[in-house]
Amino acid sequence: MSKEMTIHLKIWRQDGPDQPGELVDYTLDNVNEHMSFLEMLDVLNEQIVAKGEEEPVEFDYDCREGICGSCNLVINGQAHGPKAMTCSCQLHMRNYEDGDTIVVEPFRAKAFPVIKDLVVDRSAFDRIIEAGGYVSVKTGSAPEANSIPVEKSTADTAFDYATCIGCGACVAACPNGSASLFTGAKLAHLNRLPQGKPEKDERTVAMVEQMEEEGFGDCSNYAECEAVCPKGISISAIAEMRRNYMSAAFAGEEA
Amino acid sequence: MNLDPKVPSGPLKDKWSKHLNDIQLVAPNNKRKHDIIVVGTGLAGGSAAASLAELGYNVKSFCIQDSARRAHSIAAQGGINAAKNYPNDGDTVWRLFYDTIKGGDYRSRESNTYRLAQNSNEIIDQAVAQGVPFAREYGGLLANRSFGGAQVSRTFYARGQTGQQLMLGAYQAMMRQVHEGKIEMHTRHEMLDLVKIDGKARGIITRDLVSGEIQRWMADAVVLASGGYGNAFYLSTNAKNSNVTAAWRCHKRGAGFANPCYVQIHPTCIPVSGDYQSKLTLMSESLRNDGRVWVPEDKDDDRHPNDIPEEDRYYYLEEKYPAFGNLVPRDVASRNAKLVCDDGMGVGPTGRAVYLDFADAIERDGRDTISDKYGNLFEMYENITGENPYEEPMKIFPAVHYTMGGLWVDYNLQSNIPGLFVAGEANFSDHGANRLGASALMQGLSDGYFIIPYTVGNYIASNELDDDVTKGHEAFDEAAENAQNHIDELLNVDGDKSVVEFHRELGQIMWDKVGISRNEEGLKEAISEIQDLREEFWNNVRVPGESSNYNKYLEFAGRVADFLELGELMAKDALHRDESCGCHLRAEHQTEEGEALRNDEDYSYVAAWEYQGVNGELQEELHKEDLEFDFVELKQRSYK
Repeated sequence: MSKEMTIHLKIWRQDGPDQPGELVDYTLDNVNEHMSFLEMLDVLNEQIVAKGEEEPVEFDYDCREGICGSCNLVINGQAHGPKAMTCSCQLHMRNYEDGDTIVVEPFRAKAFPVIKDLVVDRSAFDRIIEAGGYVSVKTGSAPEANSIPVEKSTADTAFDYATCIGCGACVAACPNGSASLFTGAKLAHLNRLPQGKPEKDERTVAMVEQMEEEGFGDCSNYAECEAVCPKGISISAIAEMRRNYMSAAFAGEEA
Repeated sequence: MNLDPKVPSGPLKDKWSKHLNDIQLVAPNNKRKHDIIVVGTGLAGGSAAASLAELGYNVKSFCIQDSARRAHSIAAQGGINAAKNYPNDGDTVWRLFYDTIKGGDYRSRESNTYRLAQNSNEIIDQAVAQGVPFAREYGGLLANRSFGGAQVSRTFYARGQTGQQLMLGAYQAMMRQVHEGKIEMHTRHEMLDLVKIDGKARGIITRDLVSGEIQRWMADAVVLASGGYGNAFYLSTNAKNSNVTAAWRCHKRGAGFANPCYVQIHPTCIPVSGDYQSKLTLMSESLRNDGRVWVPEDKDDDRHPNDIPEEDRYYYLEEKYPAFGNLVPRDVASRNAKLVCDDGMGVGPTGRAVYLDFADAIERDGRDTISDKYGNLFEMYENITGENPYEEPMKIFPAVHYTMGGLWVDYNLQSNIPGLFVAGEANFSDHGANRLGASALMQGLSDGYFIIPYTVGNYIASNELDDDVTKGHEAFDEAAENAQNHIDELLNVDGDKSVVEFHRELGQIMWDKVGISRNEEGLKEAISEIQDLREEFWNNVRVPGESSNYNKYLEFAGRVADFLELGELMAKDALHRDESCGCHLRAEHQTEEGEALRNDEDYSYVAAWEYQGVNGELQEELHKEDLEFDFVELKQRSYK
């Protein structure tokens, strides 16, 4: 009843961070249209294991429902593939035709070194959050939740930015390898809430500077990041980040 | 095995405050002398690690994912309960406690469950202060909704991402402590063994999942927050990496495994589409607030659902349970879906699905209102199935979702191994034989933010630990060698069948015979089939690659090896519990209406199993902690 296809794959294989990599060809018959893209790779790996000639293709995944941010494939040149607001794990094979050739590569960026095959090291994102992506409130010291009203529109906008899953597609898609959308989204989430306001300046400067230190490039307003973001986060976050950074960085110098 | 629950004396509502008054504290300047290991960075592990570090302890945190932000808590959609009573609809701590213990079919410890309800309000305060963007009313205050069969609106939510947002709150609190130098974070590390010295938990063995290196870590206490074991069924709503290995290896070192047969099967998941299926996707049960569940009355009716007139539809939940209708608890909804499918009324290509229909809700409230409430879920459904739920009913079927069983813990969340604490889904917890919706997030955070920081401190203050112990101790040698040998054995089998095939076969046995409905004959078959499959695994599994680099098949092989043991224990536990309770339905014990029929006289206890070895058969000794109910009266659940 459901459609079966033959799919040709060109997959990036690389043994380790210091080894050269290359695209390797594979062909899969009987790809069902209801398979997810990662299930198609599972089937490929089962085929590779059965043959026993080489090691299976390594790729990152966990929840497989588009929320954990683990999966990270560049599919035919697009981070997370052709479907808007969709993670690699939520892309389904019904988006492809019989006989299609699909190129699969890792999220590439200077700040995301390859670990093996399609697996990259995104720990730079953790270090950006570590620099200031939080509200400094100790367990137990919180006031009654409803003692701080937050305008619904502010809360809703904060939520829109808080939906970032930290996958790194924004970096992979950016010609400069910039992490501005990731960093800006966290700032736009916390800086606009009353809870986040006291640390706004300090947070903005610390996170922006950490982002630079990690080797991410600057933003040149290509907006590729917004186009691939599986959560549809707006690049307004970046404008806001710059505005806040300027006012925070130079705030102390006037007076 | 000592199963003293160490419940404080006194009235239910005073037990926790009395305990806090009585426990010993570690002086602020002494806290920095103590190291604590926390395994897992979900809600329980993340919140525990952050809170312990804030107190001044040196925390070493471990997770298998590439970042502490990715644990499976992130996938929880619906919400988190608290007894704030903001809607003024009569909620109280007692009522939240009572609903939880009743929902769990009276198979949890009164004192722990009450404390969970008490802590619920503080969790909301903490999360809001961290900037968690909960839904709000136009007045700027927090919004609530009714969820999962509750008759009050006590659920706080952040669209369909409540788990993700609470997780990020805990993760950010953790990262702040990493910045302060109080948490040493180890991502892509898997715990493979527990190290016990003088009977106490003193460390763990891990494998660095990138380099393959086996490593030793020492501490004064170990907090295990490694999640549940639903992936024993292969297909579940759990993340692919969720596994039982850390907990199971502790069990093999002497920690009691409690109530392993208590598995929650969630009624609203997207049905299986083919044998390549790698996981099942949950659709939030909030959908049942507006969706109507039905099947065609005639099993041979193959008309499109939109062409089946009202009189030919069987709204089985509404008919059987007029008071609760489509909002009956999860176990009741799942069981009834299976029953109608067993009777041949199931729909879809496999016949293993029922309809969840929004047509009436759309006509009543308008498409926009329904879209506001469930838009993201509808999109997710359409993306996965290719069908549009605005135009035709969803097809849903139950899937394994949550495990109430886990390592046995006392009131302090300490296992029977001193110094080994267990939090979140990894412990046997507060949910008894069935967990209510929006209670998992509550429990993980209650354990991590508000219980572990006190009880671990009490343990450290009241125990003399040998300061001369080093990582060169023979117990570390033995455990490290054990971990390496296990890996070598897996690689050396060099058989013909892949890890995934074994896992899938185990899952099929579990689903058929240790699933929604169980009986003596099926459970005995399951035990013997699992034993055979385990033997075949160790003779014929093929694990590709090597141990000294990134090798996901090797990681999975170790986890499947443990599931092949745990699965047998789950079946044994289900076989020994010759009653029905909550999610554990023994077909032999049902009311006339097909509800779980408890036997309080003989089974009102926690079953804690002690590992004795594997010799063809899994050897386990049963120990019992009697459950005493001083404050609630045990009743037959009824949702009629």
